[in-house]
Amino acid sequence: MKVTIDGITIDVPKGTTILQAARMIGPEVAPPTMCYYSKLKTSGGYCRTCIVKVTQGSAANPTPMPKPVASCRTEVMDGMVVENTINKDVLEARKGVVEFLLVNHPLDCPVCDQAGECSLQDLGYEHGAATSRYEFPRREFERIDIGKYVQLHMNRCIMCFRCVKVADQLTEKRVHGVMHRGDAAEISTYIENVIENDFSGNVIDVCPVGALTDKTFRFKSRVWFTKPVDASCDCKKCSGKVRLWMKGEDVLRVTARKDQWGEAEEFICNECRFDKKKTSDWKIEGPTKVDRHSVISQNHYNHLNELKVQVLKQQKALGFMDINKRP
Amino acid sequence: MGRKLLIHNDHIPNIHTLDVYRAHGGYASVEKALKIMQPDQVTEEVKKSGLRGRGGAGFPTGMKWSFLAKPEGVPRYLVCNADESEPGTFKDRYLMEKIPHALIEGMITSSFALGAKQSYIYIRGEYFYVARILEAAIAEAYAAGWLGKNILGTDFSHDCSVQVGGGAYICGEETALLESLEGKRGNPRIKPPFPAVAGLWGCPTVVNNVETIAAVVPIVNMGGEEYAKIGVGKSTGTKLISASGHINKPGVYEIELGITVEEFIYGEEYCGGIRNGKKLKAVVAGGSSVPILPTELILKTAKGEPRLMTYESLSDGGFQTGTMLGSGGFIAMDEDTSIVKNLFTFSRFYHHESCGQCSPCREGTGWIEKILKKFLDGTANESDVDLLWDIQSKIEGKTICPLGEAAAWPVAAAIRHFKHEFLEIARNKKFTDISHYDRLNKLARV
Amino acid sequence: MGSQVHGAQKFDNAKRAEIKFSDEAMKIVETIISRYPEGKQKSALLPVLHVAQAEFGGWLSPETMDYVASILNIKPVEVFEVASFYTMYNLKPVGKCVLEVCQTSSCWLNGAEDIVKYIEKKLNIKVGETTKDGMFTLKVAECLGSCGTAPMLQCGASYHENLTYEKVDTILENYRAEGKLRSYTDLDYKNTL
Repeated sequence: MKVTIDGITIDVPKGTTILQAARMIGPEVAPPTMCYYSKLKTSGGYCRTCIVKVTQGSAANPTPMPKPVASCRTEVMDGMVVENTINKDVLEARKGVVEFLLVNHPLDCPVCDQAGECSLQDLGYEHGAATSRYEFPRREFERIDIGKYVQLHMNRCIMCFRCVKVADQLTEKRVHGVMHRGDAAEISTYIENVIENDFSGNVIDVCPVGALTDKTFRFKSRVWFTKPVDASCDCKKCSGKVRLWMKGEDVLRVTARKDQWGEAEEFICNECRFDKKKTSDWKIEGPTKVDRHSVISQNHYNHLNELKVQVLKQQKALGFMDINKRP
Repeated sequence: MGRKLLIHNDHIPNIHTLDVYRAHGGYASVEKALKIMQPDQVTEEVKKSGLRGRGGAGFPTGMKWSFLAKPEGVPRYLVCNADESEPGTFKDRYLMEKIPHALIEGMITSSFALGAKQSYIYIRGEYFYVARILEAAIAEAYAAGWLGKNILGTDFSHDCSVQVGGGAYICGEETALLESLEGKRGNPRIKPPFPAVAGLWGCPTVVNNVETIAAVVPIVNMGGEEYAKIGVGKSTGTKLISASGHINKPGVYEIELGITVEEFIYGEEYCGGIRNGKKLKAVVAGGSSVPILPTELILKTAKGEPRLMTYESLSDGGFQTGTMLGSGGFIAMDEDTSIVKNLFTFSRFYHHESCGQCSPCREGTGWIEKILKKFLDGTANESDVDLLWDIQSKIEGKTICPLGEAAAWPVAAAIRHFKHEFLEIARNKKFTDISHYDRLNKLARV
Repeated sequence: MGSQVHGAQKFDNAKRAEIKFSDEAMKIVETIISRYPEGKQKSALLPVLHVAQAEFGGWLSPETMDYVASILNIKPVEVFEVASFYTMYNLKPVGKCVLEVCQTSSCWLNGAEDIVKYIEKKLNIKVGETTKDGMFTLKVAECLGSCGTAPMLQCGASYHENLTYEKVDTILENYRAEGKLRSYTDLDYKNTL
């Protein structure tokens, strides 16, 4: 079925969501996501950053949808017309969502290990306002210890639910979840407990912010001073396909390999992630080709610029406003 | 004297018992439906009646029923939404407490129409004692054969049970209610799929409000066409209105849709005017989430026509000059009431009740409450009014469920119609509170 | 807002071993579970938590919740998630009588704030606190559906409505004289509707 997003039409299979269709077209029209994760079932819909305007429901029923919809949870209909970056209301609403996500965020980026590869930083940079209008003390949670591998900083959490879904979908006995409600809701084990099983480390990779970070990497280095290298090993528990974050000859951190949308290609086991910290543990495949969602990728923007020019040309031909002139 | 169909027998002693209820014509709709009607005919009557959901959204009930998916071999469920929690609303509690069999009869008749072998009444946990009353009535109904296997000797069997909630306004949203009924946190589901396709335990489910289900009884008894003759236009039948605030006679009133708002407020049959001879200042006509209107706009539309108690008339003028019938939670405020403080109690409520699932509501409701607190503390600035407006506009329509709108609309309406009150506090840097208790108790209270 | 102090609760295995429903309570629990199709016993969680709260001292300790999880054959974390979502479950010990005064619009319009102040003064506690003798805990609540009979307070299953200071005096005296734990599941409820 055909769907048009920001003036670009693409043919997609039935059951494709607006977000997936937009990603097929490319990063210039793909809405940002904070909670959706294509590898996790039932993810998405919560953060509202990917909202778009459906100006035509379908060819059969062209009525526009009254409210903006979460593109990650809305399936494409044949002949649907969607506006994302070319719709002023969408951009304004998204700016609002960014502001909401930031009102209680501690903004402790200088001391946060996620800095440089944080989705919230990227989102704020691309879609947020320069100043905050929030003047009240920010929410603070009492810190809880969830084991020797993973550091939980609840103050930074944006409630994407990904780590809960990882625990539900990758492991047997989930011991953490969302406690309490409203703006007091928190990720917690409720009782003193550790989150530890063969795949528990994946909560780090799926966390879009610095709420769940790698204790074995804590304060070791800013990520942009480490060199990402793709490596593999013969692992019985997982694919063994990982990314090593090196400084000189030292492996400072092991993560899953992430795709251009910042999602793990394959989940990896805790042994690969936390225990194999020697280069001799790994077969090095070569330097990682990094995506735009990282300050590490600054030298790789050339390719994206080309694509951006292409998209702009298409949009211009269709008579849309220049997305660089968005308000 | 208006016609009453739901609580006309509420004054009869022991009407809560099956015997008395039956002696006054109770369970006739079950007899009629099961013995001489087909399930689709019952749905047809409901469609003809023009009945609209009485929980607040006002969606046509017959249409909702006809959306129910009926795949072979998959059970279907009827779930009654008795999670009445919209501030200003207490009609369902009244109906269930006084005439529990009216709801149970409606559950059986409606379940027959929908082909549901099992139904649940999800009642808010705070109404625990009302759940006891319902359970006692259900036990009576089982004993008399109105529930259970082969009701009235037909091949229709039905089980009905009550589930109490745990205290959460959000469970009044139908998908949050289903989550809660499944023993989970009351987080609204992302739609589609709608409950009619995948509801309780993934099965097709209809969720209806208490009053809606109870209204099916007179509709089946008198026929949909006859029911539709009551009321005005698309507002057919009778509606229970919960009246509270500074009126002489607070309580639950069954009205024919179409009486004037003025008659409802000042008529002796209804609210009996404003207490202590005070003047009316504003009304929240349909529960806390609908826009508040000043006296001149609640009594008359912007066009100068008398405002009627109907879905259409109350929403005449859109949100600029109108409001909504909503759940029928009618809160009247006298001239000494601070609209800002009333709004604060609403915003505190929505902050407290936000489930926390999606960002605009989770973060926005708390922010609004904090800014309103500044007004009560006398520390707010004029620019805070614009900020409030902007925040509510960024919540409205951006959330998973309607709680976002419910939290945003009261803020927008209070600013739209009473901006001067906000500005006055901001300019004088002072908010003077009054004691409603002392004020009201100068005159004798019951 | 200030800070949200939740933290992680201690879990005591010895306490956990002592927890068991009375035969009477267990019967009620079984009846509740029987209302749902096989395999859907998790649905019984909310009502069973009410029974547990009444049975084990008016609040839900982590050990009590772990026990409920074992009865319904679900993960303990599922119980923690649910119990902490809803307002009626006390996650900390409370007094025998929890007084919940509604504070939303209609109740406020009819003097709920004064009722709260009056009780605070009379019991010498603030909202959220428990009297030294462990008799009363004072809370404020959001709309309890008693708007037409405002102001009101709920204590256990009972609704006390159309409150005046004098009425509050009587209510407190009666509860104190009675001296027993009040729960939502009580059968001897009072209501004035």
